[in-house]
Amino acid sequence: MEGPVMLEIKNISKTFAPKTVNEVRALQQVSLQISKGSFTGVIGTNGSGKSTLLNAIAGNFELDRGSVVLDGQNITRWPEFKRAKLIGRVFQNPFAGSAAGMSIAENIVMAMRRGRGWSLRTAVTSSERREMAEKVHSLKMGLEDRLDNPIGNLSGGQRQALTLLMATWLKPKLLLLDEHTAALDPKSAAKVAELTSKIIAEEKLTALMVTHSMQQAVDLPGRIIMMHRGQVVEDFRDEMKQRVRVPDLIRVFERVQKMELFDQSVAEMLEQQYV
Amino acid sequence: MNIVIGAFTMGLVLALLTLGMLISFRMIRFTDITVDGSITLGAALASLLIVNGWSPWTATLLAVLAGSVAGMITGILYTRFNIQMILSGILMMTALYSINLRIMGRSNIPLLDTPTVSNGVESVLLGLTGGATRIHILGWPVPLSDFSVLVSSLLICVIVAIALRYFLLTHLGTALRATGNNPQMVRAQGINNKSMVVLGLALANGLVALSGALLAQYQGFADVQMGIGMMVWGLASIIIGEALVGKRSIGVMITGAILGTIFFRLLIAIALRWGLNPNDLKLVTAVFVFVALVAPYWMKLLGKNVFGGTRHA
Repeated sequence: MEGPVMLEIKNISKTFAPKTVNEVRALQQVSLQISKGSFTGVIGTNGSGKSTLLNAIAGNFELDRGSVVLDGQNITRWPEFKRAKLIGRVFQNPFAGSAAGMSIAENIVMAMRRGRGWSLRTAVTSSERREMAEKVHSLKMGLEDRLDNPIGNLSGGQRQALTLLMATWLKPKLLLLDEHTAALDPKSAAKVAELTSKIIAEEKLTALMVTHSMQQAVDLPGRIIMMHRGQVVEDFRDEMKQRVRVPDLIRVFERVQKMELFDQSVAEMLEQQYV
Repeated sequence: MNIVIGAFTMGLVLALLTLGMLISFRMIRFTDITVDGSITLGAALASLLIVNGWSPWTATLLAVLAGSVAGMITGILYTRFNIQMILSGILMMTALYSINLRIMGRSNIPLLDTPTVSNGVESVLLGLTGGATRIHILGWPVPLSDFSVLVSSLLICVIVAIALRYFLLTHLGTALRATGNNPQMVRAQGINNKSMVVLGLALANGLVALSGALLAQYQGFADVQMGIGMMVWGLASIIIGEALVGKRSIGVMITGAILGTIFFRLLIAIALRWGLNPNDLKLVTAVFVFVALVAPYWMKLLGKNVFGGTRHA
């Protein structure tokens, strides 16, 4: 049932501010294979490295070790803007994915040419405007009549919906969603979540979604990865994923946290005795 | 009348500087002090070449290219070597001071009876007037040479303005504008935001150098000190332009920059006429820009005190 591998992460590690008091081992030897056309949820506590994992795939920073292969291409050394040719992204901050001072049309037109290099032709032409209006109409937000309005005048939910549309305008090899509904009011969050599922299903996209909502993760058609302290600690897939429910995830969370408390108390005890 | 013609001509020539700064300050949001050096660079190189017998058009074109290179270097200092924005500009401006002295070989090059870019226009106008060297505008006699400088400045300014508007609305221009708005978003659309900053500064300083090259031809000399304070003048012009026409669209912003510069030059001409000491000009401009920058905040405070409590937008 699993398709061919779309994304392969091998032993990636990243330490921020190494050899200082602020040292954070954000990713520790993470390996992961994501198959083509799958929709995977990534859950974990704050600081577990789930967002860092997405940023590592998107190329926000250089890795200390390991490699990232997307659709057969080793993109480990590619800068962020170059990876964007293959990867679509929606951020947690609904204002991060669009240029506030520019019109809806101007924002979308950049997404329509993502990764196709620069050109000295007029950006927003009437044929592009028609194509935009048609697709923006599918959001059912009435934005197709406001294409020339600054995108900064829209609500967070509207901007996030447009960012999602932009990220998937040219079918990306991989769609990265970083808690993209977390900063929205409940109604907008539900709408954007519904839109996300619809687009991913229709376009048969490969997607990786960080979420703090365990219900959202359980509702996903694909797989759930749980991260903790920069490592993948659980991986629910296939039949196991079908059976898992929110209380199961919470139990696993508690178990992982208890193990860690145990580790820390043991370390402290040993320290008192031997240091 | 001659004062008005002079203010208009000066305004149109310096409008090119303002248009350049519109790219750096407003589009890519880069506080670029290279301007003070690159306007002199344009004037110095163009003057040197014209004195040595080059065509004024070639000289002006090469000055533009030199200005672009200066802007590019500032951009590279900022993007490639992670030097702070302001410091990148200061480094380049300081370096340009020596470079300009080297180019000129001395601190001042006079351009006496040398050809300028307005010669073509002047001969056409001479043909039209049948050889008269004076024409009457609203009843005032104006030397034809002054009028032809005004006409050629207007032509160049209009051509640059149209080309700039076209460029800013292309795919590349859209990416450039988005870079100042949200660099993270630009990267997510597969565009190298650092290249956009370098490109923006190259364009901006190319226009600034064009302004410098024309300024030297208009006033008849290039001086190594002529760039001091130009950035603040340009900023004042941008602010006046925005106050005059707003910034609804690219076309409006470009029009505003040009009108703002002309209006600013007229204000200066009037102030000088009324006896303002020319030495105080830069102080007055600096105070003006300061007031323009803080006035919106003061107005808000005033609004609060007058109407009481916080007002919702």
